[in-house]
Amino acid sequence: MKFTLNWLKEHLDTDADLDTILETLTRIGLEVEGVENPGEKLNDFRVAKVLTAEKHPNADKLQVLSVDAGDGPLQVVCGAPNARAGMIGVFGPPGAFVPGSGFELKVAEIRGVESNGMMCSVRELELGDAHEGIIELDEDAAGAIGVTYPDYAGLTDPVIDVSITPNRQDCMGVRGIARDLAAAGLGALKPLGDVYRMGEVKPVEGDGPAPDVRTDDSEGCPAFYAQSVRGVKNCESPAWMRRYLAAIGQRTISVLVDITNFVMIDLGRPLHVYDMAKLSGGLVARKAKADEQVLALNGKSYTLDESMTVIADEAQVHDIGGIMGGEESGVSDATTDVLIECAYFDPDHIARTGQKLLLTSDARQRFERGVDPAFLDEGLAIATWLVTEHCGGTPGGVTRASQPPVAPRTVRFDHAMARTLGGLEIAEDEQRAILTRLGFTVEGDTATVPTWRRDIDGPADLVEEVVRIFGIDKVPSEPLPRPAGVAKPTATPEQKRERRVRRAAAARGFHEAVTWSFLSEAEAQPFGGGAWTLANPISEDLKVMRPSLLPGLLAAAGRNLNRGVSSVRLFEVGRRYLADGERPTLAVVMAGEAVSRDWHTGKARSFSPFDAKAEALALLEAAGAPVANLQVMGEAGETWHPGQSATLRLGPKNILAAFGMVHPGVRKAFDLDGPMVAAELYLDAIPEKRSTGFMRPAYTPSALQAVTRDFAFLVDADMAADSLIRAVKGADKKAIIDARLFDVFTGAGVEEGKKSLAIEVTLQPGDKSFTDEELKAIADKVVKAAEKQGAALRQ
Amino acid sequence: MDTDIDQLREDVLAAIDVAAGLDALEAVRVHALGKQGSVTAQLKSLGKMTPEQRQDLGPRIHGLREAVTSAIATRKAALEQALLDAQLASETLDMTLPAPAPMAGTVHPVSQVMDELAEIFADLGFAVATGPEIEDDWHNFTALNIPETHPARAMHDTFYFPEGEDGAQKMLLRTHTSPVQIRTMVNGKPPIRIIAPGRTYRSDSDATHTPMFHQVEGLVIDKGITLGHLKWTLETFLKAFFERDDIVLRLRPSYFPFTEPSAEVDVGYSIEKGKRVIGGSEGWMEVLGSGMVHPKVIAACGLDPEEWQGFAFGCGIDRLAMLKYGMDDLRAFFDGDLRWLKHYGFSSLDVPTLSGGVGA
Repeated sequence: MKFTLNWLKEHLDTDADLDTILETLTRIGLEVEGVENPGEKLNDFRVAKVLTAEKHPNADKLQVLSVDAGDGPLQVVCGAPNARAGMIGVFGPPGAFVPGSGFELKVAEIRGVESNGMMCSVRELELGDAHEGIIELDEDAAGAIGVTYPDYAGLTDPVIDVSITPNRQDCMGVRGIARDLAAAGLGALKPLGDVYRMGEVKPVEGDGPAPDVRTDDSEGCPAFYAQSVRGVKNCESPAWMRRYLAAIGQRTISVLVDITNFVMIDLGRPLHVYDMAKLSGGLVARKAKADEQVLALNGKSYTLDESMTVIADEAQVHDIGGIMGGEESGVSDATTDVLIECAYFDPDHIARTGQKLLLTSDARQRFERGVDPAFLDEGLAIATWLVTEHCGGTPGGVTRASQPPVAPRTVRFDHAMARTLGGLEIAEDEQRAILTRLGFTVEGDTATVPTWRRDIDGPADLVEEVVRIFGIDKVPSEPLPRPAGVAKPTATPEQKRERRVRRAAAARGFHEAVTWSFLSEAEAQPFGGGAWTLANPISEDLKVMRPSLLPGLLAAAGRNLNRGVSSVRLFEVGRRYLADGERPTLAVVMAGEAVSRDWHTGKARSFSPFDAKAEALALLEAAGAPVANLQVMGEAGETWHPGQSATLRLGPKNILAAFGMVHPGVRKAFDLDGPMVAAELYLDAIPEKRSTGFMRPAYTPSALQAVTRDFAFLVDADMAADSLIRAVKGADKKAIIDARLFDVFTGAGVEEGKKSLAIEVTLQPGDKSFTDEELKAIADKVVKAAEKQGAALRQ
Repeated sequence: MDTDIDQLREDVLAAIDVAAGLDALEAVRVHALGKQGSVTAQLKSLGKMTPEQRQDLGPRIHGLREAVTSAIATRKAALEQALLDAQLASETLDMTLPAPAPMAGTVHPVSQVMDELAEIFADLGFAVATGPEIEDDWHNFTALNIPETHPARAMHDTFYFPEGEDGAQKMLLRTHTSPVQIRTMVNGKPPIRIIAPGRTYRSDSDATHTPMFHQVEGLVIDKGITLGHLKWTLETFLKAFFERDDIVLRLRPSYFPFTEPSAEVDVGYSIEKGKRVIGGSEGWMEVLGSGMVHPKVIAACGLDPEEWQGFAFGCGIDRLAMLKYGMDDLRAFFDGDLRWLKHYGFSSLDVPTLSGGVGA
C-alpha cells in the first residue's frame, strides 16, 4: 500500500516529521517497506530559460545557448534539435549528477566553445524514456526560473510503502492509516468532510430519478447502493489527484476512472462507474448463469459459474461483482451519463470467486478482507460529490437496494488480559483511551467494535490492539519457569537413531546432501514411480514426491562427476513418500573411484557392491540394528543389478536395507557414466531396542586363549557362502565363537562347477584347554554340518 | 715358549682386528679357538706340563684364551652393528611421500543447526516433535484459524495433490511447520513445550526462495504464559544459538491467523568486515514470526482456551544457518555440490553440546 506524506496529511493533522511517522507505522504493525523521495536526486537541477540560441561555429549539429537559470546568462553547448530561444527547460549546472547518464557535469570545452552545464532530456533525469530532445516546460514555468526542478514539479512529496497484513482492510485506505497513527498519538484525524472540502458528508440529494438497481443475491451482494449523474463531461483529473495517483504508480486515465481509484485508495472503498448509455434497463446483482461470459476491464474474457455474483443489466453481465468491471459499460471520453455503484459484497464470496477465476484486483483485495459495511452512504456521497465537482452534471436520487450487515458487534473487554496475555502492565484508563481512539466504544466490560474492523472478534484481539498501540516492544522479558535440576533428555529413540546414523555416515567419509523431496516423473519411474504427484508443481522437474532417496543422490552424484570430481560419496537422511506414509530413510551413493591411483598401490579402484554392503552393515549397526542376526537375501528390486545386489532382512518379510550395484538401466536414465554402488536403509524397519537400564550383563574374560582351525570345503559354484558359514558357526554353539571366510577359490585343483571356500573357525575353551580328542570332535561336527549343506571337506 | 704365547696373542688379535666380515671373523675364531686352533693347541699343551711349568704358563695361556674370546665378541658386535646400520640405511623411505588420505565426511549445515536447536531447547525443557509433510487441509490451515476464503491462504503458495474421488480432504505439502502444533495439542496433554523442525514447501522460487525449505516451530502451552515469556525464550534461544550476549530483539506487531497478539521479531545486527553479523543494533533484520496462540486454535485442538494459553514461533532454519555460518546462497543448500558440502559442512565429531558450545 503506497501513499505520499502529503496525502497522509490530508487526513492527519500532525506536526510529526517523516522519520517519526515511519518509525511509528512500523511500531504499530504497519510495516514500512520503503520510502522514496522522487525528487531528491534532482535537487541540483533548475528551471531555466533559453535566452538565445546560435549555431555552433565548429559543429553543424550543435548550438550555443545562452541560458538563464536564475543567476544571469550562462553559455551552454547543446545538441538537442528542439533547443531554441524562448523555450523553458531544465538545466543542470556543473557539479550536478545526471542520474540517467551516470556522470557528474563539469565545465567543458566542446569543439572549442566553453559549456557551463547541460539542458536535460527526460531520460537523463530518469523521468521517462523520451530522449528526442530536451525537456520543454509549460509557459507558466516562466515564473519559476531558477527554482529547483523537484520544487517546481512537485517531486518533493515522499512516497511511503507500507505492508498491510491481511487482517487490516481498514488500512488499505490512507484514512485508515491516518486513524491508526492518530490513535498512536501522532496527531488528530481530520473530519472526512474537511478532507473532501464538502462540509458534512451526507448523501447528495439529486433531483432526477433514482436508478433502477436491485440485488437478487442477498448472500453475495447484501447491499447495492447507486446514484446517477447526468450531463457529465469526462476529462483529465485535477492536478492534485493526478499527482497523488502518479506518485504511487497508479496510471491516471480520466477523471471518472481516477475518482473510483482515488476513493478506493484514499478510503479503502471500491466503487464502480457505468456509462448509462451502454446499459439496457436496470442493474441487478445476481448469481451468474453457468458459462456466462464477461469481458473484463483487463481485456480478458472470463467464464463464470453459478456461485459467482455479477452485476448485470437485461442484456449482459457488466461487472464481476466486487472484483472487476466489464469492458462493455466502462466510461469513455464520450460518456455523458454515469451510474455510480457503491455496493457491499460478501468477503467469502469474493474470495472464492477470485480464487476460481485466478483474478486479483485492488477491489478484490479490499472486498475479500471486508470493507466497512457502514460506509456505503458516505462512499456514494463522496463519489457523487467528486463527479459533480470535476465533471459537472446533475445527480439523480439515491437507490439503496437492501441493507449491508451493520449490526453492532461487541466483544468482552478484560483489562487484566493486557498483563495475563500480553505481559504488559497498562492502566485500565489508558487501555480504554487507546481503544476509543481506534474507534471502539468501551462501556464497562464490553467493547463495541468499529464497523471497519472486521478482524476483531474476541478479547485477545483487544489485547493486541492495546499492546500494539501502547508498544509491543515495551513487553518485558519474563523467564519461562524451569524445573529444578539438570534439564531432562527429550530426544525420542527415533531421533537418537537418526542422529547416530547421520554422524556415523559422516564419520565413514560420506558427505550429507539435502536434495529435493520432489522429482520429475522420469526420475521417479525407475524407483517404482511416485505415489504422490502434485496437482500444481512449480515445474515438471519437481512434481512427484520421491519414492526413494536414491534418485536425488544419483542426480547429485552425476552433477559432481560432471564437475570433474573423481570420487563421490554422498548420503542423505530424509523421508520417502509412499502411499501409506512417510518413511525415515538413509541412503548412500558411491561413484567414481573408491581409491584413487597413488604411489603406493598404483591403479585406482572403483567401488564394488561389497563397499555398499560394508556401509549398509556399518550404518545399520550404528542405527542399532541387530546386525549379527541379519540375513542377506535377494530381490532387492528393479533399481539394482540383479546379480550384484541384495537385501538385509530380519526374518523373511522385514527388509532393513537394500544395497549393491545400481542397475545400468537406472544409470542410463540419469545419464551417468561408470559403475555406481549404493545402499538404502529403511530406518523405520529397525526394531526398537528394549531399554534394559544402564547395567551391562556380568562378564569375565576367559583366562584361556582362543584357538583357530582352518577348513576348506568344496561346494557348488552357485552356493551362497553365507549358508555354509552359518552352518559351520552353528556346528558347536558352545565352543565356536566365530567362523570367518578367508578364501574363495576356483581353478586348478577344483573341478568345474565347484568352488573352494576356506573358513577360519575360532574356538574358545571354557575352564580347561581343549584336548586333542575334543578338538577332533569339534572338527568332525564342523565337517558334518558343512556336509548337510552339500559341502565336502577338501582333502 | 714365552715369546711364542706373546707372538700368538699378537697375531690372533691382529687377525681379529682386520677380519672384514662375520665370516672372516668366524674363520679367525676357528683358526684360534677351534679344535685344531692355535690357542686350543696351547690349552692342550697345559696337560703335558710339569706343575711348575703349569703354574708359570697356565695363567698366561688362559689369559690368551680370554683375550681372544673377548676380542672376537667385541669385533662381532661391531660387525653386526655395521651390518644393521647398512641394512637400515638401505631401507630409507621418502617420508615426505603422501600418506593415504583420511576419509572424513560432513554433516549438512541444516542437520547441524537442527541438532543445535534441539540441544538448546532441551535445556529449556522443549522436546522435538515431528509431523507429516504431506498434510491435510485441516491441520495446515483450518485448525490454524485459516478458513478456506482467508486471504492468508493465497499468501501461502500451497502445493496441492489432486483431490480424491471419494471427496476426501485435499492433501497438500505443508506450507509451514505449524500443523505440528495442532498434532501436538490434539495428541498430547498440556503443559506442552516442543520445537518442531522440518521440511516445508511453498510454490515460490527465486534468488532467496526455494520451493522446499526448512522451518522450526516452537510451541508452549501452559497456564499463565504471556508475551513476556515468548520474548525471553526467543532472546535466550538466540543468545545461545549465536553465542553472543549482545543480542537485541525488536518486536513488531504483525498478523498471523493462528496467533493473537502476533509479533514479527527483528534481531539487531552490526557490520563486521563488511558482513552483517547478528548482535548489536546497527540495523534490524526479520528472523521470526511469533505470537500468543489464538484461542480458536487452542479450542480447535480440544483444549479450553480459558484454561490454557501459550505462545508459538516459527523461524527459517536455512536462514538461521546462513546468518550464523555465512552462506549467502540458499539454492546451494540443496544442490549436493561436494565442494560446497566440504566447505560448509561439519565434522561428525562436531556434536553440539552445552558444555562445549553448540556452535562449531
